[in-house]
Amino acid sequence: MHKTKQLQTSTRQSQENREINNYHKINKPLLGGLGVPQYIFSRLLQLIPILIGITFLTFGMLKFSSTDVVDKMYEQSGTISEEVKAKKRAELGLDQPFLVQYGKWLKDVVSGNMGKSFVSDKSVLEIFLDKLPATLELMAISILLTIFISLPFGIISAINQNKFFDYIIRIFSFIGNSLPNFFVALLLIYFLALKLNLLPIMGSIYDWRSVIMPALTLTIAMSSKYIRQIRAVILEEINKPYVIGARSRGVKESTILIKSVLPSTFVTLTTLLALSIGSLLGGTAVVEIIFMWDGVGKMAVDAILMRDYPIIQAYVLWMSIIYVFVNFLADLLYYQLDPRVRLEKEKL
Amino acid sequence: MKSPLIPYLALAIILILIAIFAPFLTPYDPYSQDLTNALKPPNVQNILGTDRYGRDIFSRIIIGSQTTICTSLVLLFVITIFGTFIGTICGYKGGMIDNILMRISDVFLSFPQMVFAIAVSGILGGGLLNAGIALAVIAWPKYARLSRGLTLTIRSMPYIQSAKMAGTGTFAIIWNHILPNIAGSIFVTAILDLGTIIMELAGLSFLGLGAMPPTAEWGAMMNNGRSMLQTAPWVILSPGFAIFVTVVIFNLLGDKLRDVIDPKNRV
Repeated sequence: MHKTKQLQTSTRQSQENREINNYHKINKPLLGGLGVPQYIFSRLLQLIPILIGITFLTFGMLKFSSTDVVDKMYEQSGTISEEVKAKKRAELGLDQPFLVQYGKWLKDVVSGNMGKSFVSDKSVLEIFLDKLPATLELMAISILLTIFISLPFGIISAINQNKFFDYIIRIFSFIGNSLPNFFVALLLIYFLALKLNLLPIMGSIYDWRSVIMPALTLTIAMSSKYIRQIRAVILEEINKPYVIGARSRGVKESTILIKSVLPSTFVTLTTLLALSIGSLLGGTAVVEIIFMWDGVGKMAVDAILMRDYPIIQAYVLWMSIIYVFVNFLADLLYYQLDPRVRLEKEKL
Repeated sequence: MKSPLIPYLALAIILILIAIFAPFLTPYDPYSQDLTNALKPPNVQNILGTDRYGRDIFSRIIIGSQTTICTSLVLLFVITIFGTFIGTICGYKGGMIDNILMRISDVFLSFPQMVFAIAVSGILGGGLLNAGIALAVIAWPKYARLSRGLTLTIRSMPYIQSAKMAGTGTFAIIWNHILPNIAGSIFVTAILDLGTIIMELAGLSFLGLGAMPPTAEWGAMMNNGRSMLQTAPWVILSPGFAIFVTVVIFNLLGDKLRDVIDPKNRV
């Protein structure tokens, strides 16, 4: 009875892991005789069509959207003659054919010019670089917190498999997985700021305490996912022959955990981080708005509401660059972390 | 060991039934305003209180279940059908079509989902339909990839080869021989995704990019009450818990279904 149960849980874990392993397999650096520099170069070449595709897509969407930026600009200033509007459109280059506009934009971007904001007339790059540090700070803190929370809890959960602590941790991570991030944010504000008066509600980069709630919001969602995966990896690893062998030779359980089992979770962690950068980038937008955190996510939503095309374009472009780049870094990290990937290259 | 699937299935069916028959279940008109009765905390008449226009929150949550759950289900259905259609054709046919469509799906997959959804639904101008379109456009490649992979493993099996030799057409093979074999895995993935879709749709509405007021939608209701978190927390907390409970039920159902349906998990 007990054995079948264990067998079943372990198959379920391998199922949970399958997604990760598949990801790993698909994205495994196909070094195929190439050295690392050539590999990096060929990967960077592959990025180009992806980035062109993404920007073309958003450009097209902006073009076919129902509201017009110039109409939006003059919305507040009462009735404005069509002539003035047409002049403004010509000034912004909006009267040209779609492909011409896209081509011009692309040419400018390649030469480092991201245009000017329609609304504030400032350089887009300047605005963007001004807001980016706040977002990166938020993301970095959340990622660090997530690792510090999910590694120990994942390990505790795995070594207490199907015991009290395991159940508690699993219930919490299940709850965390089922809470939308804006609700988590509001719950945190309600309890930590309003009921217990521990933290300030609104964000300001000058007060270190204001980063706690936005970072916690992002951390809760991420660590719930991570704990599950880390638990699964450790459970799979802990039953492998080499661990049993080490155990039978009398190696201390804690030594096995730290020296042999723990490193095996790093590959999973890398994959998880690479995969969750996407949801993290989207999540920061929501969180930044709720906490009035002055980063790129809030900037983008504000720009969307104002139809400020150059800023939306820059946001989309930069977010995809970051995303694709992080995934690329993750691939390089596999090479370092997973000897199997490395050996495959040496075999060739 | 049999997983207790029935209770979760029952809960999910109850939720869907509530969503479908929502208009008959509300104790009050969810849209009628009564400013003399605004922002009442939960009491005997309005068990979840009223919002700032005096509308009964309980009634709005029930009506909101229709918006949130039905929209998510329809959305998921469309995404799954479209993605599977593309995926099976790519997997079975291979060659040029496969190459082109998979490169296109690469573009979508290499883009953060929520960033795209926020940008697109904002550009399209908000509204539940546009939010749905935004989520669908970014979500289909996942199903295309999954069904393509599954189709590839089945394609070379003897029974497909013999069907081909017997002169069966492409669509007949996909429909009769491939689809039944991959439907289980895709269905499980879809149910596991339902919770995420509900949360994303509500998230877009919360940002003011999805359902527009006065439509009762859980995310939009929370957005409306955002400024009143201190004075009238029930306006926000009840739709929040409605989302939470719904997502929990569908996630549990998805987990259990995976154990039952996915043949790879059978011991």
